[in-house]
Amino acid sequence: MTDADETVDILAGLTLFADLARPQLEAVAHTLEEEWFTGGQRILRQGFSGTGFYVIVEGEAAVRVDGEDRATLSRGDFFGEVSILLGEPPIADVVALRPLRCLFLAGPEVERFLLAHPRVMYRMLQAQARRLRNANRWRS
Amino acid sequence: MAELAERPFPPGDYPVVVVGSGPGGLQVSYCLGRVGVPHAVVSADPAPGGMFRRFPIFQRLLSWTRPHAPYERTDRYYERYDWNSLLAEEPEHRGLAATFMDGSSEFPARPEMERNLAAFAERTRVAVRYGCRWTATRREGDRFVLETTDGEYRARLLVFAVGMAEPWKPATLGLDQVPHYAETRSAADYAGRRVFIVGKRNSGFELAEGLLPWASQIVLASPRPAKLSVVTRSLVGIRARYLQPYEDAVIGGGIHLIDASIERIERTAGGYRVVARSTMTSRELLFQAEAVIAATGFGTPLGDLAALGVQTFNQGKLPVLTPYWESVTVPGVYFAGTISQAMSGLKKHGVPSNSGAVQGARYNARVLALHIAQVHFGIAPERPPVAPDRVLGHLLSEATRGPELWHQRSYLARVLSFGPAAGIRDEGIWPLAHFVDAPGPEACAVTVEHTAEGEMRPALYVRREGRVEEHAMATNELLDFETAEHRAELAGLLDGLGGWHA
Ligand SMILES: Cc1cc2nc3c(=O)[nH]c(=O)nc-3n(C[C@H](O)[C@H](O)[C@H](O)COP(=O)(O)OP(=O)(O)OC[C@H]3O[C@@H](n4cnc5c(N)ncnc54)[C@H](O)[C@@H]3O)c2cc1C
Repeated sequence: MTDADETVDILAGLTLFADLARPQLEAVAHTLEEEWFTGGQRILRQGFSGTGFYVIVEGEAAVRVDGEDRATLSRGDFFGEVSILLGEPPIADVVALRPLRCLFLAGPEVERFLLAHPRVMYRMLQAQARRLRNANRWRS
Repeated sequence: MAELAERPFPPGDYPVVVVGSGPGGLQVSYCLGRVGVPHAVVSADPAPGGMFRRFPIFQRLLSWTRPHAPYERTDRYYERYDWNSLLAEEPEHRGLAATFMDGSSEFPARPEMERNLAAFAERTRVAVRYGCRWTATRREGDRFVLETTDGEYRARLLVFAVGMAEPWKPATLGLDQVPHYAETRSAADYAGRRVFIVGKRNSGFELAEGLLPWASQIVLASPRPAKLSVVTRSLVGIRARYLQPYEDAVIGGGIHLIDASIERIERTAGGYRVVARSTMTSRELLFQAEAVIAATGFGTPLGDLAALGVQTFNQGKLPVLTPYWESVTVPGVYFAGTISQAMSGLKKHGVPSNSGAVQGARYNARVLALHIAQVHFGIAPERPPVAPDRVLGHLLSEATRGPELWHQRSYLARVLSFGPAAGIRDEGIWPLAHFVDAPGPEACAVTVEHTAEGEMRPALYVRREGRVEEHAMATNELLDFETAEHRAELAGLLDGLGGWHA
């Protein structure tokens, strides 16, 4: 399997990229970088600037605020976009719970990436809407 | 050859075995030697220099050395202006690269770089068993066994500095029948021919630039748009010195940069037909060319390390590493040289370290050697005391001119500990990822970082009660961080740390 082919197949299976045609998936596969973390490793650090955008391909991560786990993320979930969109450091740690394989996009590239792939942006909005709805449900 | 006649390090038991005699292997061996860790070095090559014995293919580096700089070549601060010398403690062995350059360019010619590395090995007496290829690896009790063409080596620790210069091609249909970058013929062979280059990274642009005076047409194609180093502010983009083809493309000068995925390459009577698909429009694109070259990158000759249990990523090209460049799954297996880029660090604002190039990897090697000495051989590092009234001056001086911090931004940091009993100590250079994530006493780490806008400034990480906070400090147009403003800012950030006050 080729470098791009494997990533293309992975991308095609993730909701975020579900609307992209093959050549676009290839462009995305060549744009995102693979990163691998061990269990216990911090990926986002609460209060640290300059973070990136991550999509989980394999494994699980915890969203941890002041040492307390608030949510678990797994395949297809993404994180880091909130601090990039707002230009603020993350308000939580994201910590790998076991070996974690991610695709990574540097913070400064996110805006151009989303504008170039509006269908991905739309899927991201949907995911955010779902998170917002669930958060509101909790509260009421 | 003298090296072959002497043949040090016969097969046998050694505390540590280093594999490779490129800049990575030479630097790590030199540093292990200086700190007193006995080890053997083996290399498949016949002489020192690693991939610089052959590459870059057009015989000039993309990393520069300023023969004339604000500091003497024997001065540590000169290292910031010299990307190509290896590090030495002895003043006479420092800054060697410039002594081999003929003044025609600040980018050394490949043979000049090779001579620089060979001179370093010879003058600092880094011994290597050349012509000895590592072929297989296994475990026996608490030892690793390296099988080589000369016999078996046993060691508790291994350091692989085997480089990332193995030609690599994706499995695109038909790409196997075209030469790789590494097999490019002399430029004159492309006279009057249409050349299609697969790949738009530095190696693709190096070829395009080299072929400008020869080829009748040049097309560079790959799925992702070309990134420029002046935009990414790092070495991942195409370097300024290869930008002529880019300029020719954007002003319509007969070079074409195409964002397309390559579907297949077919042979024709006169050459090749390339079938591609635009990543913008999904339209099919056809190209005819007399020559196709795959500038599709390089792989790492990790041999059977995956079978030994070394976890890899990026299609097996890179090992997954701790902040001290040790395999996360097979303790005792370390990596040096360009492979150290597998530990990506904090990558603030997407800016990677320079670990892939000599000017970054050389510092990683020194940190690694000290780490191995301390953890495995009980050799305590020097931790010189810092007088309380020297704290601000020392940290700001390092942020302004410390070569480790400038070459490895957001990656390596100068660490000071503030202990109640031992007082303030300079703990040396640490991987920043280790400092911010590992527990420890009251301490601070200073590094140099980019802002989101690309300005460079010092960043301070302060650990109080086990928790590390980041503080971005003020920028300065002239990159002078020793101003009164910086002193006052730093004094405020450190106030009370281990009882310290300005
Ligand atoms: C085309 C190209 C151009 C580059 N240009 C530059 C540049 O201009 N400036 C720069 O700083 N960086 C450049 N780089 C990055 C460069 O590779 C590193 O900076 C540097 O050479 C890496 O040193 P190294 O010691 O890690 O590996 P290498 O120099 O590749 O050395 C690897 C060593 O390992 C040995 N080895 C490998 N396998 C075995 C085995 N099985 N058994 C025994 N020995 C083995 C080899 O014989 C060799 O001695 C370039 C890379 C490429 C691919």
